[in-house]
Amino acid sequence: MTASATNRAIDAVWRIESARLIAGLTRIVRDVAVAEDLAQDALVAALEQWPESGIPHNPGAWLMAAAKRRGIDALRRRVTFEHKQELIGHELQILQQLDQPDLAARLEDVQDDVLRLIFMTCHPVLSREARVALTLRLLGGLSTPEIARAFLASEGTVAQRIVRAKRTLAEAHVPFEVPGRDELADRLSAVLEVIYLVFNEGYAATAGEHWIRPPLCADALRLGRILAALMPPEPEVHGLLALMELQASRLRARVGPRGEPVLLGDQDRARWDHLLVQRGLAALRRAEKLSGTLGPYTLQAAIAACHARARSVEETDWPRIVALYDGLAALTGSPVVELNRAVAVTMAFGPEAGLELVDSLADERALRSYHLLPSVRGDFLVRLGRLAEARDEFVHAADLCDNARERELLLSRAVACDS
Amino acid sequence: MRFMVLVPGSPESEAGEMPSTELLGAMTKYNEELVKAGVMLAGEGLHPTSKGAKVRFNGGARTVIDGPFTEAKEIVAGYWVWECASREEALEWLKRAPFDGGVEIELRQIFEADDFGEQLTPELREANERLRGQAAAKQ
Repeated sequence: MTASATNRAIDAVWRIESARLIAGLTRIVRDVAVAEDLAQDALVAALEQWPESGIPHNPGAWLMAAAKRRGIDALRRRVTFEHKQELIGHELQILQQLDQPDLAARLEDVQDDVLRLIFMTCHPVLSREARVALTLRLLGGLSTPEIARAFLASEGTVAQRIVRAKRTLAEAHVPFEVPGRDELADRLSAVLEVIYLVFNEGYAATAGEHWIRPPLCADALRLGRILAALMPPEPEVHGLLALMELQASRLRARVGPRGEPVLLGDQDRARWDHLLVQRGLAALRRAEKLSGTLGPYTLQAAIAACHARARSVEETDWPRIVALYDGLAALTGSPVVELNRAVAVTMAFGPEAGLELVDSLADERALRSYHLLPSVRGDFLVRLGRLAEARDEFVHAADLCDNARERELLLSRAVACDS
Repeated sequence: MRFMVLVPGSPESEAGEMPSTELLGAMTKYNEELVKAGVMLAGEGLHPTSKGAKVRFNGGARTVIDGPFTEAKEIVAGYWVWECASREEALEWLKRAPFDGGVEIELRQIFEADDFGEQLTPELREANERLRGQAAAKQ
């Protein structure tokens, strides 16, 4: 194997093993920052040794053993240089934990550790941005530059965000555990929110040159699939997975040959990814079977499924979509959901009814700078033949929109109203 | 990147014999790992070739040849579809599969639009995907 081939293989091993490694180490040392440092040390050791020795038969166990060795070495050195009495109890504890001979045996069941780690990196004590960055870093195996690129932030900002997040978790003594029954619902919804935030940034980039960024969708999908395997009885976990599989099935139809956005109504449905559609519908069936009343992600997945099952816009079951949006609106009270509901109402019952709903949303604070409000209103006005008004709405929407590709689309719709 | 892993047949699979409890257990554990890593998208086993057939194309003639087929190692007995970040990741996963006895398992990348490179103009790309999509929709 050439050096670069070995490095690519090490990257692959890291992608497979890093979350389990960091999770297993966190269980032992009870501190994500220390655990990640040890895991990184083990990766450095692999990069030094594997090009010579070849990739070991069980790379996960090798990395764990290397992490443990480095941890003990580092701590022992500090013990030598400093007075042992001055070593803080915390570090002494870590040393004792790492020094246990049956470490490998205790790492057999690391799947639960991965789940504990997810709940830790998505803990409400952290800001949303910090949760997203830390989850992608520790569970998605993304590097800091990769996360920075994904969220169009500088590497320094992201690195700082991650360091601060780890410190916050330590200072708040956030336990390494799956939350108990009384707080599980809230904590799980925080986890699902983080995964869906990542997905959405890939599915409809809020800023930048590209309208979609499929690698981010892939990272979120992978996290969703992992979570569904780790928490099979939770309906909303399957609901979110179904929603992401169904939305991802449209990704390649969602962008035109020159990178321009193609909206649902204009998409060539033959280009949807049918394997993902099937997976999405199967996940939705699991979610519905497990649910008492459908949760917000399952409802959104059920709406996406109406589109997935329809061969065209005309054949879509719009009245059912309106009914599902009714349920979602009652659950969330979100004006964005109301706006989507207005679109479904237009499709089911005509643009007059839809326009009335949109106008009732005009005073919503949350929608004041939301470009889709004027965009949707413009669309309804076009359907009503009120082109001059529609044009103004599209121009207004373009002003509010931060994504370059989407702005172009809105401006072209404005121009189309003139002709 | 999407990959297909092709598992060849064996005299046992061709005889319709179930694998040993031990192998079945190891395979279940392996499949669980693939699912828990978010890697496995699909996977199925195929009936023995005695239940299958081949169609030979020659000019206008179509000849149906009923199974079983003799060359067990050229027979596909099952497949997985995986989503991986790289060929190396797929290989790393495959190396962990509980096979033995000199059996060779084939890893193949599934075509996605970007794989055609520069030769495919945006218009051709679109036409091509539309065709494949229509084929998939009819299945």
